[in-house]
Amino acid sequence: MKKIAIEFKLNGTQRQVEVEPSDTLLEALRERVGAKSPKCGCDRGDCGTCTVSFNGKTVRSCLVLAVEADGAEIVTLEGISKEPSKLQKEFAQRNAFQCGFCAPGIVMSATELLGKKKKPTREEIQEAIAGNLCRCTGYTPIVEAIEAAANGGK
Amino acid sequence: MAHPQSAPTEEKAQATELKTVGQPVQRIDGWEKVTGAAKFADDLDFGPGLLHAFIIDSPHAHARIKGIDTRAAEKVRGVVKVVTGKDFPFRFGLYMKDRHVFAQESVRFVGEQVAAVIATDPKTAQRAAGLVKVDYEELEPILDPVKAFEQTSDLVHPDLGSYTHVPWFFPKAKTNVAHWRKIRKGRIEKGFAEADFVLEDSYRVPRYAHCAIEPHVAIGLFDASSRLTLWTASQSPYTQRHVMAEALSQLGLKHKDVRVVTPYVGGGFGGKAGVTMEILAAALATAVKGQPVKIMWSRAQEFRNTYMRLGLVNKIKLGVKKDGTITALKHTLYWDAGAYVEYAANVVNAVGLSSTGPYKVDNVEIDSICVYTNLSPGGPYRGFGYSEFFFGLESHMSKAAEKLGMDPVEFRRKNAIRENDTLPYGAEMNPNGLLEAIDKTAAAVEWGKKEESKDPNKAIGKSVVCFWKAPAMPPNASSSAFLKFNEDGSINILASGMEIGQGFLTAMAQIASEVLSVPVSQIRVETPDTDRNPYEWQTVASHVTWSCGNAVKKAALDAKEQILDLVVRALNLPKESLFLEDACVKSWARPGWQLPLKDFVISGIQVEDYTFKGGPIMGRGTFLPEFSSAISDPETGQGGHPNVHYTTVAGGVVIELDKETGKIKVLKAVLAVDVGQAINPSMIKGQITGGMLQGLATVLYEDMRYDEKGVLLNPSFSDYKIPTALDVPAEVIPIIVETAQPDGPFGARGMGEHTMIPAAAMIANAVHAATGLRINSMPLTAEKIALALKDKAKGS
Repeated sequence: MKKIAIEFKLNGTQRQVEVEPSDTLLEALRERVGAKSPKCGCDRGDCGTCTVSFNGKTVRSCLVLAVEADGAEIVTLEGISKEPSKLQKEFAQRNAFQCGFCAPGIVMSATELLGKKKKPTREEIQEAIAGNLCRCTGYTPIVEAIEAAANGGK
Repeated sequence: MAHPQSAPTEEKAQATELKTVGQPVQRIDGWEKVTGAAKFADDLDFGPGLLHAFIIDSPHAHARIKGIDTRAAEKVRGVVKVVTGKDFPFRFGLYMKDRHVFAQESVRFVGEQVAAVIATDPKTAQRAAGLVKVDYEELEPILDPVKAFEQTSDLVHPDLGSYTHVPWFFPKAKTNVAHWRKIRKGRIEKGFAEADFVLEDSYRVPRYAHCAIEPHVAIGLFDASSRLTLWTASQSPYTQRHVMAEALSQLGLKHKDVRVVTPYVGGGFGGKAGVTMEILAAALATAVKGQPVKIMWSRAQEFRNTYMRLGLVNKIKLGVKKDGTITALKHTLYWDAGAYVEYAANVVNAVGLSSTGPYKVDNVEIDSICVYTNLSPGGPYRGFGYSEFFFGLESHMSKAAEKLGMDPVEFRRKNAIRENDTLPYGAEMNPNGLLEAIDKTAAAVEWGKKEESKDPNKAIGKSVVCFWKAPAMPPNASSSAFLKFNEDGSINILASGMEIGQGFLTAMAQIASEVLSVPVSQIRVETPDTDRNPYEWQTVASHVTWSCGNAVKKAALDAKEQILDLVVRALNLPKESLFLEDACVKSWARPGWQLPLKDFVISGIQVEDYTFKGGPIMGRGTFLPEFSSAISDPETGQGGHPNVHYTTVAGGVVIELDKETGKIKVLKAVLAVDVGQAINPSMIKGQITGGMLQGLATVLYEDMRYDEKGVLLNPSFSDYKIPTALDVPAEVIPIIVETAQPDGPFGARGMGEHTMIPAAAMIANAVHAATGLRINSMPLTAEKIALALKDKAKGS
């Protein structure tokens, strides 16, 4: 199949890759540039573990075609983790995650929320991560960690 | 009655002088997981030589394969090989060899693997798979376990009589009954004759899916030197190695030549125990020698072709006296175990041994029957059959109390099993804190306090239930561990329990830390590689904290013994005066003296003549429950000691039910579990919060729905809804009870599965309390409750 050259900024670094027209952004990130933090849990936008920031807004990268990312600025959990945030520290200190497979998506969604809203209510936090499925934790420790990060955060 | 929020674990830890065990320490894998550094099987890179397989699966629940035409697929550019059942005529299975790598003459469930295309990229494999033509002759599917039980022709497995299996299974040839666990204790007729009331009812539980967010994935490499390596998302690296080595033994593979590597697992819940799709990666690797081949299940395949929680129809007959004494219990369980039961039959067996619940019952008759159906293979799912039967049993217990006019909590307290009481199979009950758990749960839901909703259209209901669960394992399931010191006094522990989210790695580090006084931050525990880490049966059954924890503790004690012996030999101090504290050896005999471990655990201790004594300190520990036995009288179940111990638990809820819509809001969910000794109370609370929600979902909205041809109608997260962050109970109250398990590490026993088991019964009894309704089939959806309330209003 004919390949298409695209270029995007990933975690601050400009990347050029060749993709197939049917490749998703998730495939391009994982297979072409080795950004493995976004995971494939359902490949149809239900589970949210592939969540990445796309021009400042979170998207499910399994629902975005790679070609749509041409010229875009993408941030994955790898990008955030260069300088771990208060939020990540709260998640770790509170044992908020268990298996951790949903963590990359939830950290991205929660980071977006705290960027938009300094003191979100509990309901706003629940709403913000409602698109990220977690089967282990029952969510409460995750929600509490986000609350704590907001209260102790900058 | 004790206060619910008691359980001062930290205080208790101090009282018994435990320093690390009992502390809510931070998970040692936490930082890897919040930064994205944690690698899962799908994250591993295999370079441009990696091949990809796509599986062609059956669209029919029951059909004969008349022919497979692979020619068109083989011609597609990029296709390396197409394989079918004739390439792999091997049987496999964990407890019963009733499966093949690929279907042979017939298919037995929708989704069963029939053929595979291996190609240079996944899209080509998938496209070519669409060109494989399979010619089927459709047969009548067998879907209902009760009908299947009675059937003697058109069987799911006509050759059942020839299958090999473990000695504690009793398949009935020429039927659909793959195993029948019988328990006969006391005299059942006498028990019913003594009863003032006899209550009979039946209950129905559908199938459920685990829904770990990480799908199954496996990569196999059969290299040029004929060694087979598998990278899998698995709870069971050693069991996989064993099953694969056995299944492929015709290729001349020895166990030493098979290597299974399991990085972090993105949720297990039983679904990644044993061997399911991983056998395909092993087999396909042998078909493309020298190149790694990867298979990853789609979400739809997750729902169709992995282990599913079994469906159940159970019939309960209970005899009680006016004073509340249970006199007899007859419990008959028909399990919809699916098309292959190599694992599921042990679920059926485990329940057969324990389906009295945690009650002292002198006259018992249990028939737990494993029935083949043309649905996906049943298998382990968090709770291993106990969630299923406790829905009916604990509903029944509340009904009995109501019939007697007795408080249901008092009824349970009166009949609760105590230490040394006789179990259904004849052995004695272990020490337990069941009564404490019941009392603390009752207090937490404010049992007895009448509550009313502010909204007249809503009703409040409460419940308290109790239950137990034992690890279901072969009697000789074992664990082992190596512990090695490093030059700086830090430690690497090698064990093969699996980190599936429960916190296994951290718990093992805490146990070793407690023995050796080395801080948890100085201990690393890695996920398994069977070449490097020693044997572990499987990470299932809520048993690794207990079993592998014992092995790690023994390894740490072994290392400690070596350390003390060396100090005695080199420095001539009395051994009984030596102890470890703050990662140093200290002596009562020489106050103020200390020797840091880092100074000698690798290079030894220098003595007066400038030579060195000692060498690298390496501990080893193994554990096998030597008192356990699975052999008993097949007709009565009496005589063996199949279960190592029971963890006892109580749970309760307060719900608010909308009488118009049937919708339930969980205001409070409580679980009090006797963990023996909490290793890490923070992780225990995490298990309770998570397992409770997983359980509540099974009773409030989840279920697998099949059409009349056995086709699953909801194989996606769009149609099989699992809870989101918006669906959590308003409050979860985790309560830790600690009645030490004598043979557990520091007294600990497992509790991971137990968090999910009571949910259905809790809700069913609370719905009854709120509305008077008794609904005997799960799930109790809002729709079902609303319709039942309408019917009830019409009837009255």
